[in-house]
Amino acid sequence: MRTASEFYAVSLKSEDVEKLCSLARLEIAPAESADLLAKLTDIVRLVDELQAQDTRGVVPMAHPLDRPQRLRADVVTESDEHALYQANAPLVERDLYLVPKVIE
Amino acid sequence: MHDYTLARLREGLLGERFSATELTRHFLDRIARFDGELNAFISVTAEQALRQAEHADRNLAAGRSSALTGLPIAHKDIFCTRGVKTTCGSRMLDNFVSPYDATVVERLERAGAIMLGKTNMDEFAMGSSNETSYYGPVRNPWDRERVPGGSSGGSAAAVTARLVSAATGTDTGGSIRQPAALSGLTGLKPTYGRVSRYGMVAFASSLDQAGTLTHSAEDAALLLQEIAGLDERDSTSLDEPVPDYDRAIRTPWEKLTIGVPESFFDDGLDADTAAAVRAGLSVFEKLGATLKPVTLSHIHLSVPVYYVVAPAEASSNLSRFDGVRFGYRAAGDDDLIELYKRTRGEGFGAEVKRRILTGTYVLSTGYYDAYYLQAQKVRKLISEDFRLAFEDVDLIAGPTTPTPAFRIGQKVDDPVQMYLNDIYTIGANLAGLPAVSIPCGFVSGLPVGLQLVGPHLREAELLKAAHYFQLETDWHLRTPGIYR
Amino acid sequence: MQWEIVIGLEIHTQLATASKIFSGASTAYGAAPNSQACLVDLGYPGVLPVLNEQAVVMAIKFGLATGCRIAPRSVFARKNYFYPDLPKGYQISQYELPIVHTGRIEIATEAGGVKTVGITRAHLEEDAGKSLHEDFRAYSGIDLNRAGTPLLEIVSEPDLRSASEAGAYMRKIHELVRYLEISDGNMQEGSFRCDANVSVRPRGESRLGTRTEVKNLNSFRFVEKAIEIEAARQIGILEGGGSVLQETRLYDPDRDETRAMRTKEDANDYRYFPEPDLLPVVIDDRLVEKIRATLPELPDAKRARFSREYALSDYDAGVLTSSAALAKYYEETVLAANSASPKLIANWVQSQVIAALNEDGLDIREFSVTPAELAALADKIADGTLSGTLANEVFAAIRAGDGSVDTIIEQRGLRQITDEGAIARLVAEVLAAYPVQTQQCRDGNEKVIGFLVGQVMKASQGKANPKQVNDALRKRLRE
Repeated sequence: MRTASEFYAVSLKSEDVEKLCSLARLEIAPAESADLLAKLTDIVRLVDELQAQDTRGVVPMAHPLDRPQRLRADVVTESDEHALYQANAPLVERDLYLVPKVIE
Repeated sequence: MHDYTLARLREGLLGERFSATELTRHFLDRIARFDGELNAFISVTAEQALRQAEHADRNLAAGRSSALTGLPIAHKDIFCTRGVKTTCGSRMLDNFVSPYDATVVERLERAGAIMLGKTNMDEFAMGSSNETSYYGPVRNPWDRERVPGGSSGGSAAAVTARLVSAATGTDTGGSIRQPAALSGLTGLKPTYGRVSRYGMVAFASSLDQAGTLTHSAEDAALLLQEIAGLDERDSTSLDEPVPDYDRAIRTPWEKLTIGVPESFFDDGLDADTAAAVRAGLSVFEKLGATLKPVTLSHIHLSVPVYYVVAPAEASSNLSRFDGVRFGYRAAGDDDLIELYKRTRGEGFGAEVKRRILTGTYVLSTGYYDAYYLQAQKVRKLISEDFRLAFEDVDLIAGPTTPTPAFRIGQKVDDPVQMYLNDIYTIGANLAGLPAVSIPCGFVSGLPVGLQLVGPHLREAELLKAAHYFQLETDWHLRTPGIYR
Repeated sequence: MQWEIVIGLEIHTQLATASKIFSGASTAYGAAPNSQACLVDLGYPGVLPVLNEQAVVMAIKFGLATGCRIAPRSVFARKNYFYPDLPKGYQISQYELPIVHTGRIEIATEAGGVKTVGITRAHLEEDAGKSLHEDFRAYSGIDLNRAGTPLLEIVSEPDLRSASEAGAYMRKIHELVRYLEISDGNMQEGSFRCDANVSVRPRGESRLGTRTEVKNLNSFRFVEKAIEIEAARQIGILEGGGSVLQETRLYDPDRDETRAMRTKEDANDYRYFPEPDLLPVVIDDRLVEKIRATLPELPDAKRARFSREYALSDYDAGVLTSSAALAKYYEETVLAANSASPKLIANWVQSQVIAALNEDGLDIREFSVTPAELAALADKIADGTLSGTLANEVFAAIRAGDGSVDTIIEQRGLRQITDEGAIARLVAEVLAAYPVQTQQCRDGNEKVIGFLVGQVMKASQGKANPKQVNDALRKRLRE
């Protein structure tokens, strides 16, 4: 874990971008990658401004509302609509969504 | 007819001065005539609209009308509409026909509104200029070389050019208010949780909110009345009573204290825009409001906070677009991982990809604490700033945008420059507060917006202040030349 | 070198709710592909999760039954990764604030003692869909019916020290979730799944060795075998001077070995963050107490009580409490009975009742002989009305629906003959009919007495009281 001051100096390298692309399952054309690296670097520099702010003792805010979760009764309310839903599917056979085989 | 507000159109329909079918035809004709150059619409649902109009006329004749019967509106293409293409401005969903209606769509239809089509938007709501759409940029009716704002740019242009009389939008960092300001409209973002997000394709779940782009605060109240309220299908939807907004905005004017964050009026704000906004503020003073400076000490960090939190949530929300169950799927089925990469690489545009990568970065191991967690903490500080300010003032007012509409292509190559457009609007999203932008003047023939922010669930007070402003001024009634 | 095996188990049990954890689709097993995957389960654009109350209640029940702390505020989190059976590209799970944590459960050790195993946490999450790899050539077919089924992930402390302890722990948890009726624990259907974290270290060493995760353990036997094999593999590596690689391995029961799984790229950066579409689950004491009041008597307590109250052996108590329903059946029978002893009833339930259930493939709750009827039957045995063999006949008749104990006895005239005179007459008849054997008995041949007793029983159509017959016969033979 880097400290705040180390962050000011951080700049992304193309290996970092490659790793992110892999995690996010995004293919970036080689022609785009230099531009992408430059723009991402700018964005990271923008958000690095946050590091200067002292936030000790501050509780992070995950929701604007401070309300508890409502619960739903355990009742079946949905019926079989797979024909309708699968109308949008790119590749379906025998009601199953097909993807290239994954070998475990 | 096309110049009328919803309120006035409703009077006309009830008074039988024209029929819903005539009205719908009239607007459809205008769309056919003008939208070619504006590109505000992705889909025009003419047949469906005319059927709805016929139905509306039958209801009107039978004295069976609802609050919005016969009123022609458009929906931002981020709202799922049953049987109708819903694209989010993206190639990824170019072939996606939604099997269900968003709650917002359902409720407006139930109230009798007629949908004329789905409007263009920045791809997956990521943008401030409507230039990232797969379907091409939208042009500002006030100056077609300029942007209408974004991401609800299509809705803004459609209403401004009087192609519909009102439209829905969504606002995550300013995507309703900023286009409203650049296009001369009233743009309302309700309190987070006031309006259901069910059926609204998610960009940043803790920031997104559905809202309206209309000619007036009165019209905004009419629409909000129908879409506000608890929806069991959205766990973040608030179980709070919905007031009678129309009645609320007409109650007698009470003295308001309006807070003005002086830090907003710095070098980042265009001088002419600042002057127009200050002129707007003096209208409130004339009405009897007291202006008071307020300090929002952490507000300068709202853009960095937003550009950590929103991309983080978006990077996760957009993972479902993988070509398996719906949407775009790349050719070639050799390998699953390669298929995912190609599908997403080809299906998403550059800005969306940048935000996904930013989001992935700030959530990844080793960076989560420094970025995501830190951003959520600063978000808390910003929310606290607002809360404290609201102990002293009723509303907070200031500019909506730093400049009027900029040229198409001007900022599109500099994401950070583009992001800074949202500098005044983001705070309300971070804190979940309701906010509205209203027209307050012109700079070189381009509209300028004044923003009002209220405490949680005080849409009535917000719209009332806006309404009284609009009784005193007529900026909101101006129409760009050829669209009159 | 003496080695110590250190094991922690992660058990995923499907909760027996009617609908999914975040949607209203059915969780019923065996439905046609994708017929129970609604828009929320499919991760369609624009849909949102809504939390199932029963899943929360069931998790709390588990927590209470294992002495866990119930989190007053717990939070859902997204676990992000790409896989075709994970429609949203993230799983909604719990990360930093699980619903229950820090509990324990006791297991019986091989040595005959009792060991406390810590439960680190149990949290709620949604199940993924299923991939079918056969039949589709170069493709896999994805069925999302299972996507969104509620899971309770139960994580133990690494307190287990042998394969058999791990097996005992897994069995204990399995019994508990069924007793609590929060899961059917059906391992064939995938309702109860186990992964084992296994490491070894030299005995006396306090630091943990590198651990591997072994997956695909869907039976008690597999868990024990996999752990043994994996521990042996690790020891083999370490003794050879190598080091154990931290990885995920699959157990192959056909070869009885573990294999490294093909590593998924960047497999472990799940980028957890709090789920923005769900609010924190707030659980107050009132709700906890309300749920606590609905907890059934737990297996260990029930077993102890049965031993005590009904004077049963540990073994008998164990069999009778192997399911909550069976224990209930037994106890209701005992309470309904008058003269029959709990031991007599215990024998009947353990033998005849269980045999009947197995024969017909029934669950005790579907059994046609009610506790009241079994009690009546047992009383008739205890008070001498029915002999053992005839009782079996009556039992079969009740099972078949021929009527109640009393009506069957009357209709078939099965009342046991206990009248001394009647028995004496029968004995006399038999002795007269079998002079050879009678003489043999008089001459001291003990074995033939059994034959004569049998003949008297036969002559009485099994109704004579066997002990009385024996006594009467011997008396006559002595004369």
